[in-house]
Amino acid sequence: MHIDIDKDVCIGAGQCALAAPGVFTQDDDGYSTLRPGREDGGGDHMVREAARACPVSAITVSETVG
Amino acid sequence: MTETEPVAFPRSRTCPYHPPTAYDPLRTARPLTRITLFDGRPAWLVSGHAAARALLADPRLSSDRTRPDFPAPTERFAGVRNRKTALLGVDDPEHRTQRRMVIPGFTLKRATELRPRIEQVVDERIDAMIAQGPPAELVSAFALPVPSTVICALLGVPYADHDFFEGQSRRLLRGPTAADTMDARDQLEVYLGELIDHKQKQHEPGDGVLDELVHQQLRDGAIDRQEAIALAIILLVAGHETTANMISLGTFTLLQHPEQLAELRDDPALLPTAVEELMRMLSIADGLLRSATEDIEVAGTTIRAGDGVVFATSVINRDETVYADPDTLDWHRSARHHVAFGFGIHQCLGQNLARAELEIALHTLFDRLPTLRLAAPADEIPFKPGDTIQGMLELPVTW
Repeated sequence: MHIDIDKDVCIGAGQCALAAPGVFTQDDDGYSTLRPGREDGGGDHMVREAARACPVSAITVSETVG
Repeated sequence: MTETEPVAFPRSRTCPYHPPTAYDPLRTARPLTRITLFDGRPAWLVSGHAAARALLADPRLSSDRTRPDFPAPTERFAGVRNRKTALLGVDDPEHRTQRRMVIPGFTLKRATELRPRIEQVVDERIDAMIAQGPPAELVSAFALPVPSTVICALLGVPYADHDFFEGQSRRLLRGPTAADTMDARDQLEVYLGELIDHKQKQHEPGDGVLDELVHQQLRDGAIDRQEAIALAIILLVAGHETTANMISLGTFTLLQHPEQLAELRDDPALLPTAVEELMRMLSIADGLLRSATEDIEVAGTTIRAGDGVVFATSVINRDETVYADPDTLDWHRSARHHVAFGFGIHQCLGQNLARAELEIALHTLFDRLPTLRLAAPADEIPFKPGDTIQGMLELPVTW
């Protein structure tokens, strides 16, 4: 799984970190960021829920092929 | 063919935790329909959940209240439309610049760090209620002072001034006249201007959000004094008034739903989902406003440039296609994705703090006062009229 966060769009609402705290967190400026070692989502089924919870669609989730 | 008259908006609720019965036609007219505002002007009312999420995230809808075509829900609102409101009243890129300055103060992490302080404030208020009662008037004894104390600590505003800023916030949001609202805004500007000047002179700044704003953004010239004041007003007003309403109305709603309350008491692990469900059910900011800057196609209809658009969150959050049996309070549904905090770039900045405050306030209140009950007939307890943020005006309780 590949997760992309557009930090230019992120408004720091923290909804990703609320939905999938094992994968997303907020950096010191408040922007969404992936937890170290969990850049591939770590199989967390809440990753897509986190993307849907983002109020500005800053998170894109895609399946990596191969 | 008979054309039904557009619903007049806003209307007062009949029961404080349900949408006004006058909005019933809106619930059968999803995803959007026409309404009439107080001045006779027509506007679009968004009632469907998917359409609301798409439109609230659509940059073609402006939040700039100074636009001449911006919809006004009341005469009071129309009277102050020339005053610039920070954050919720500006569009990108101005909005983005303002929001980015204050995000660090309102992250999930910061809200979690504040929990022990919130617990302490909540306990102190309940101690005082126990020392003086029963009975008690819960709005003034608990629902208002808890978020007011917390936002003062977070922003760096002296709580000793709470009577002043709570009173002016009330006038700002509820008038009743446009003159009241304008005067309240002036008074808050003077007060927060003086506070900002005072903070500027401090050699050892405090650790509040306003201290950071003054000693970083204002000092570096990223914002001017007037912008700092406008930001301070919105953070202070939105930071206590809305949460106070959720605490008072949430308590009333739980007392009117004894089965759900008992279930929540037996299993506090339900608290986070219960808070989301209360947010969905109560939808206290019931009428988010925008105006269209371009034509927008929605569900076979065209919102024209210049049209006013209103989002009735109480109706959107009861969309049957998203929430089964939407009028029922149910801790076991996923209330996630409600729009009670809005959606898009303006989604509530303080939502993480609000969730923490609600969880702690409601849990501790019923934990420490297990026999808490209304001290007056439910249908005689006054609540706020429909033109503003919903909530209880008073909440007489005993235990």
